[in-house]
Formats: sequence, C-alpha cells, structure tokens
Amino acid sequence: MLYREAGDYKKSYAEDSQTFPLKLDRYGYYAILAIAFLVVPFVINDYWASAVLIPFLIWSIASLGLNILTGYCGQVSLGTGGFMAVGAYASYKLMTSFPDLNIMIIVLLSGAITASVGVLFGLPSLRIKGFYLAVATLAAQFFLVWLFNKVEWFYNYSASGQISAPTRSMLGFEVTGPAASASAKYLFCLVLVVLFAWIARNLTRGRIGRSWMAIRDMDIAAEIIGVNPLKTKLTAFAVSSFFIGVAGALFFAVYLGAVEVGEAFGIQKSFLVLFMIIIGGLGSVLGSFIGAAFLVLMPVLLKNIMVIRLGWPGDLAGHLELVIIGGIIMLTLVLEPHGIAQIWRVTKQKLRLWPFPH
Amino acid sequence: MTATADTYETPDGRTIGGKVLEMRNITLRFGGVVAIKDISFDIREGEIRAIIGPNGAGKSSMLNVINGFYHPQEGEIWFHGEKRKPMKPYQIAKQGIARTFQNIALFKGMSTLDNIMTGRFNQMKTNMLAQMLWKGPAEREEVENREIVEKVIDFLEIQAIRKTPVGALPYGLQKRVELGRALAAQPKLLLLDEPMAGMNVEEKEDMSRFILDVNDEFGTTIALIEHDMGVVMDISDRVVVMDYGKKIGDGTPDEVINNQDVIDAYLGVDHG
Ligand SMILES: Nc1ncnc2c1ncn2[C@@H]1O[C@H](COP(=O)(O)OP(=O)(O)OP(=O)(O)O)[C@@H](O)[C@H]1O
Ligand SMILES: [Mg+2]
Repeated sequence: MLYREAGDYKKSYAEDSQTFPLKLDRYGYYAILAIAFLVVPFVINDYWASAVLIPFLIWSIASLGLNILTGYCGQVSLGTGGFMAVGAYASYKLMTSFPDLNIMIIVLLSGAITASVGVLFGLPSLRIKGFYLAVATLAAQFFLVWLFNKVEWFYNYSASGQISAPTRSMLGFEVTGPAASASAKYLFCLVLVVLFAWIARNLTRGRIGRSWMAIRDMDIAAEIIGVNPLKTKLTAFAVSSFFIGVAGALFFAVYLGAVEVGEAFGIQKSFLVLFMIIIGGLGSVLGSFIGAAFLVLMPVLLKNIMVIRLGWPGDLAGHLELVIIGGIIMLTLVLEPHGIAQIWRVTKQKLRLWPFPH
Repeated sequence: MTATADTYETPDGRTIGGKVLEMRNITLRFGGVVAIKDISFDIREGEIRAIIGPNGAGKSSMLNVINGFYHPQEGEIWFHGEKRKPMKPYQIAKQGIARTFQNIALFKGMSTLDNIMTGRFNQMKTNMLAQMLWKGPAEREEVENREIVEKVIDFLEIQAIRKTPVGALPYGLQKRVELGRALAAQPKLLLLDEPMAGMNVEEKEDMSRFILDVNDEFGTTIALIEHDMGVVMDISDRVVVMDYGKKIGDGTPDEVINNQDVIDAYLGVDHG
C-alpha cells in the first residue's frame, strides 16, 4: 500500500475538515511549497520564468477566481478577460498616479477595484441564469475592452494607446519594469498565489462556500435555509473579480510590462480561463491549478515537439496545437466531466486500497 | 376564549399550546386558476398538523404561501401572534420556519454532511474576514455547528452515508437527508411536503418514527402533507382537508374521516 490512511485517524471535527486530511498529502504539499520557495528561485532562468512559471502562477489566480464564481457558485462568466483588463488598468492608473505606493498594495487595490466592477456586472445574475447570464457577461467583456480603448484617460493619453508598467520594487527588488529579474517576478507572483489559494480554500470550506454551492445546486432550496440569493451571488462575483483583477494586474505589470487591451485581454482570455477550470475541475481549488498548468504547459510542450524536434513550420504547428488542445478538452469532458482533479481523486481512492481491491 | 392562550390535551397526554401560525382567509390565484380559496386554519405549539386532500387540491401551494414562495392575493398570515408582512423565503427561514419539498430539493453536488451543514446557515455568523482566515472564530463556529449536525446525523441513523454525495443515494435516504437539513436549522415550525411519498412500508415506518421523535424530543411544531391516510391517522393531532382549493374539513383524525364532505372528496363524487 503506497498511499494509505491506515493509522491516520481523525480525533476531532476540526481535523476532519482540514485541507489535507491525510499525512501523506500534507507532506507532499509542504514539499512542493519548500521547492517553490527555496529551490526554484535559485535555478530559474528567463525562458522558464516567462514561458512557464510566471504565466502558470498568474493564470492560477485567474482560474481560482473564475472557479469560485462558476465552479462553486454556478454563475457562468465569459467576462474574465474584461475583468483582468480592469485589474490591469487599475494598477496602471494607480502606479502612475501614486508613484510611491507599494506595488503589493497597488496589486491588491486593483483587485478591490475589479471586485466592485464585478459586483456591478453581477447584478443581472439575480434575474438571468445560465446561458443568458453568460451572454450578459460576454457583453461586459466587449464593453470593458471597448471602454479601455476609447477613453484616453485610462492610458494617460499616450499616442500608442498602450499602457506600460513603470519600475516598482518590493523589499528592494525590482518586480516590474524592464530590469526586474526572473526570480523576483516569480517570487512576487508566488506569494500572491499562495495567499489567494489559501483564501479560496478557506472561503469554500465553510459557511460562505456552502451557500455558494447551495445556490449553484438548487437556488430554491438555498433560499429556504436562509440564503439570500442576491447577496450570495454578488459576494461570489466580488471575490471572483478580486482574484481576476489581481491576475490582470500581474499579467500587465509583472508579466507583459506593456499592454494593448484588445490583444492582452480579449475574449480568447475569457475562454482560456473557462477551459482551465473545466479541464482542471469545476468547484475544486486543486483543479484550478491543474487546469492552469495544463493549458500553460501544453502549448509549450507541443511547440517544442513540433517545431524544435520535428522541424515543422511554425504556422502549421500553431494550427495543429489548437486542434490538439481542443481534442484534449473534448476528451476530458467525455471521459471525466468533473475534470482532472476528479481523476486524481479517484486514482488516490484506488491507491489507498491497493493492492486489495475492496 | 382569547386567540392565543388556549391549549388542548391530546389523547396521548401531550399538551398543545397556543397558535404558532394562523392563516386567515387566504386566497391564492394563478391567473384564472384559484389554487387556494378563502382558507383559514391555525397550527398550534407542539402539534403535528396534517394537510390532506386529493391531487391538485392546493396543499403544496399552502406550504409555499407559509414559507414565502407564493404571495396570496388575499388574507393574512399571523406568526407568533403578529401579522406577517410580505417577506422573502430566506427572511422567513430566519424566523425559524424550515421545510422539505415534495420533489427532493437537495444540493446534488454536495455530501450528506455538507447538505445538513447548510441547514445551519442561519445560525452561523462569522464574517467574511474570519472565514478567510479560518483559524479562530470561523473554525470554532464550524466545529460547534458540526457537533449539532452530527447529533442530527445520529438521530436519523445516517452515519454511514455522512461523506457520500447525495446524488448517489437511494430515494428513501435522500428524503431522510432532506429532513436532516431542515432539522439542523432547529426550526420552531417544520413543514414537510409528502415526506413519505414513494417509500415502502418499512421506510414509511422509519420516517413516521422520526417525525414523532422530533416532535416529542425537541417539541417542534410540525405541519405535514401526506397522502397515506393510515399514516395521517397514526401521527397527526389535527387534520385540515382541502379539495379544489377549498377547506372541506378540519379537526381530529376521527372527526375528519367521519365528515361527509371528506368522504365524498375521497370517493370522487362528481363536483358538478
Ligand atoms: N406556480 C404555479 N403556477 C400556476 N399554477 C400553479 C402553480 N403552482 C400550483 N398551481 C396550480 O395550483 C393547483 C394546486 O396545486 P398544488 O401543487 O398546490 O396541489 P397539491 O395539493 O400539492 O397536489 P399534489 O397532491 O398533486 O401534490 C393546481 O391546479 C396547480 O396546477
Ligand atoms: Mg403537492
């Protein structure tokens, strides 16, 4: 028995509801954290940072955010790109208006501003559901991108219409701007990922998380146990948009450095994050990470194989990549609608009992 | 006699108190359909009150009026001696009214335990910040409420399915979990819409026992809709009989089955 819970008894209800009930899982989690904080920053190079690690961290925050809204609370949103843009432009305006403000505070404030915008666009969710809500959030997506293109104030009247992030430091290390090092950017994002994963986990394990899931599973029954549907949905919109706004701010300020709104935060980004949570697992914190890892790593891997190993032309590889990723999405959905996180859970369940089938 | 101070004694020696809920001249229409027509009745402290009647009589609609899903066009609802203003279902839940549904309305994506824990929603008060931090007030509150929920789980004898997703449970157990969710709220008034529909004899006996025990041990006032007359005779103190949206009988089980209108309704006499 490789993976076991024998002798791993729960002595209290608090222990029973902890994040990693099994010792083995807990140690695995600590090991990952230790490697992420103590090893990776010293071996990281620019290629790994910009192709894999930093995008993975940023998309993880975004997919945690969308998973709260869609996976936990059942409100489908196609506005993720637009809300990321709100976070990005909020951070730009804050950085340029308050040069002395700490970058961590700027990122969190950008999240808060996005949260209030999210609540505004969440208001229709009281009346419309499912497909119609998705269309309403799609309208938000297009409106927000249009707004940031149109209103010059948002990009400080620059001729190019782009925004670019000035240099800002955290604890003496530059984390934005052209000279920021890969490890500083990585660590900055990592701290935020750990913080937001912890918040997501805590919010979803207790009273608030259960009220979100109650609304998702059956809103009528949720009401008769005292859940106020509007308040609950708006809370989900607020928390979700907070996460997504932070991801947008990081995507702009730390990752890209300069942004044109339609290109960086278009509708494709909304779909990308939606695919992440579907593939990873709706209503699962772990699934948000798995989905983000999958959709960040897959294109890199495919490009490596097709262009570098096989020497195929780049545009052919680009098209094939879309086909292959699309195929994998469909396959996951057919085989396991609850995503890779569920496949992982089922495998663990089997390993627990291995080699005895019962 | 004052409206709320009078009490009565049941044949099995329980004392039934004053009016918990009073429906006065309730009329509910859906377009041209009159689902409830000028009905008045009361539910008293500690009693088991049955609502019976043929299909489409308006029984479920009556529960929906009580818990705020439907708003009657006419009539007044008095709860604990006060006239109730029009309220949303979640506000009514906060006043201590819990219910189950005719068609099971569980949270399919959640385990038995989580479903019943949602029943504690009104009693859990920690704010967003505390929930985010978890350690401290949120965790303490979770554990305290978990203890109450575990008592409900023991009471309903569903320990073995604690962690099972409710969608995977057989029908009879789902009904039991739904009762558990309502009980976890420790309601003053419990509304049960056909808690035994679709059950076999054994399951019905279990459910009857749970209902009687809830009433007996916690003093919970219960209103239930039930088609099985045997069960109604066995467990209820007083019965309201509805037919085509009208009240055609109200009294003890014995009084009601000897009522000519009730006999006609059940034997399907032509309503002309
Ligand atoms: N939301 C609604 N819209 C329109 N008509 C409704 C609605 N709810 C109930 N009705 C009508 O009101 C009448 C009473 O329905 P109700 O469900 O209360 O009956 P019931 O006594 O619970 O019947 P059953 O024993 O079949 O459950 C029926 O004619 C029904 O069609
Ligand atoms: Mg009914």
